[in-house]
Amino acid sequence: MTALALEPMPRTSPLRRLSGVLYRHPHLLLLALLGPPILWLGVVYLGSLIALLLQSFFSIDEFSGVVNREFTLRTYGELAHPANLDIIGRTVMMAAAVTIAAAAIAFPIARYMALHATGRTKAVLYLLVMLPLWSSYLVRVYAWKLILAKEGIVTWVFDQLGLAWLLDGILAIPVIGGPSLSISYIGTFIVFVYIWLPFMILPIQAALERVPASLLEASADLGAKPRQTFRKVILPLAFPGVVAGSIFTFSLTLGDYIIPQIIGQSRIFIGQAVFIHQGTAGNIPLAAAFTVVPIVIMAIYLFGAKKLGAFDAL
Amino acid sequence: MRSRRKARAAAEKKPAALTLRLAVIAGLAFLHIPLLLILLYAFTTEEKSYQFPPPGLTAKWFAAVWERPDIWQAVGLSLKVAAISTVVALVLGTLASAALWRFNFFGRESVSLLLVLPIALPGIITGISLRSAFSLAEIPFSFWTIVLGHATFCVVVVYNNVIARFRRTSGSMLEASMDLGADGFQTFRHVLLPNIATALLAGGMLAFALSFDEVIVTTFTAGQQSTLPIWMLNELVRPRQRPVTNVVAVFIIAVTSLPILGAYYLTRRGEHIAGGSR
Repeated sequence: MTALALEPMPRTSPLRRLSGVLYRHPHLLLLALLGPPILWLGVVYLGSLIALLLQSFFSIDEFSGVVNREFTLRTYGELAHPANLDIIGRTVMMAAAVTIAAAAIAFPIARYMALHATGRTKAVLYLLVMLPLWSSYLVRVYAWKLILAKEGIVTWVFDQLGLAWLLDGILAIPVIGGPSLSISYIGTFIVFVYIWLPFMILPIQAALERVPASLLEASADLGAKPRQTFRKVILPLAFPGVVAGSIFTFSLTLGDYIIPQIIGQSRIFIGQAVFIHQGTAGNIPLAAAFTVVPIVIMAIYLFGAKKLGAFDAL
Repeated sequence: MRSRRKARAAAEKKPAALTLRLAVIAGLAFLHIPLLLILLYAFTTEEKSYQFPPPGLTAKWFAAVWERPDIWQAVGLSLKVAAISTVVALVLGTLASAALWRFNFFGRESVSLLLVLPIALPGIITGISLRSAFSLAEIPFSFWTIVLGHATFCVVVVYNNVIARFRRTSGSMLEASMDLGADGFQTFRHVLLPNIATALLAGGMLAFALSFDEVIVTTFTAGQQSTLPIWMLNELVRPRQRPVTNVVAVFIIAVTSLPILGAYYLTRRGEHIAGGSR
């Protein structure tokens, strides 16, 4: 002890003095820590976002194609044009359909992961759900181009089963059908469900993970049949998870422009409209107004989801 | 604990009904069969269509890809962008998570929302707002505009991983280090850094995978340059060389899934892969 005390104090280096200053003035430390990320995200990112939203209040001169930098609501008026409302309606319906289908497929997987699987099985299941989520988005879309092509595996399977008439029948359905699955809304829908499915599984699983086994036992002890336990106990407790998952599936479908471009019809979705207006058409104000649509829809959606307690399940 | 686990195991046996199992197997097959098919298609001899079953198998396309300079250029650009974005994200993400862990300040909630925003909003919004900002500020598209876009959404992945680790780090360790005479930097170097090293590695790997694969924001910030996903997107829209695309797809699966598996093993102890909600 004494030996330690007798050791000479280390000389104060500039670094050490700086450290002392930061220790005595935690505000400076906070500023040093928070400054760079805030500068990047708050100024560069948020700044660009706000600049974009402001541009939706500009309009474009129809003859010269030059952006007129005066405050106007004309661009939003253009948004209400039937053709544009059509795009918005189509996108919202697709998002709703994708959300419902994803929930239906995700629920059993999430339920099994949370309430039945243990130990190693659980870890493997978790990995099996995570891997597609993190592996390449484009490659997974590409896979469906192979699968849904007219000469691809789906047609082959239907042929082998002698069900070619069924596939032709499905494709003959007006609106959602088309010349082949890869050029139809059905194809677009399948790919959306496939790509966003893990985003639905994980929140439901997280919600069910918190259901104590004793609750299920209690339900059984009180005379509920498994079906009743499922309907009265598991389903209500999983609901916030479903809502949380639907936030992802809904928002991601609203904003995607690549999937319908690669697998789908010529009639476009919101994301494609944004892309076309900012690119070839050069109409940034209308493109900006179009990006406001998913933001507003999601804000309403999030408000509702918050009321339903979805954020506890994230 | 043990009795609870037993009780739970007992409760599990009853309801694992056959229909539930079948639904799980079908769902997982739906998730994974498409990826396996790509692997099969990389070996097909058919060049002009996506014919199934493949008329024959060959490994010659791997050699064909090897000799394609445009693909190598795209791979090189993607690797460079991913590496630099990851470094930026590591620095910014760690700083932000340290600030939010150590301090309770006005606007703390808003800051954490701001960090998540680039990944919560659809990529097209991030992309178009950066693009219009570049054009307003008259910044020409370059390597650095791509990095700027990528780093913006990679920060949150690092942040999520590191703050999860910080929360499990007891503050008394820092105090002990200070009491023993270490200054702030020494404490960071010798106490904090070893503690968060695997979280940094995991966050960095995920950020790298995310950037390597990113296409939506890149289409808006890249100008004429072509990253690997942009190359892939062009092939998807106008297929010209299907066999080569198949091989590139297999390559991308390998490059992105290895870091993810790595990150999973680094963080699996008791926590989810942070940033799972991308």
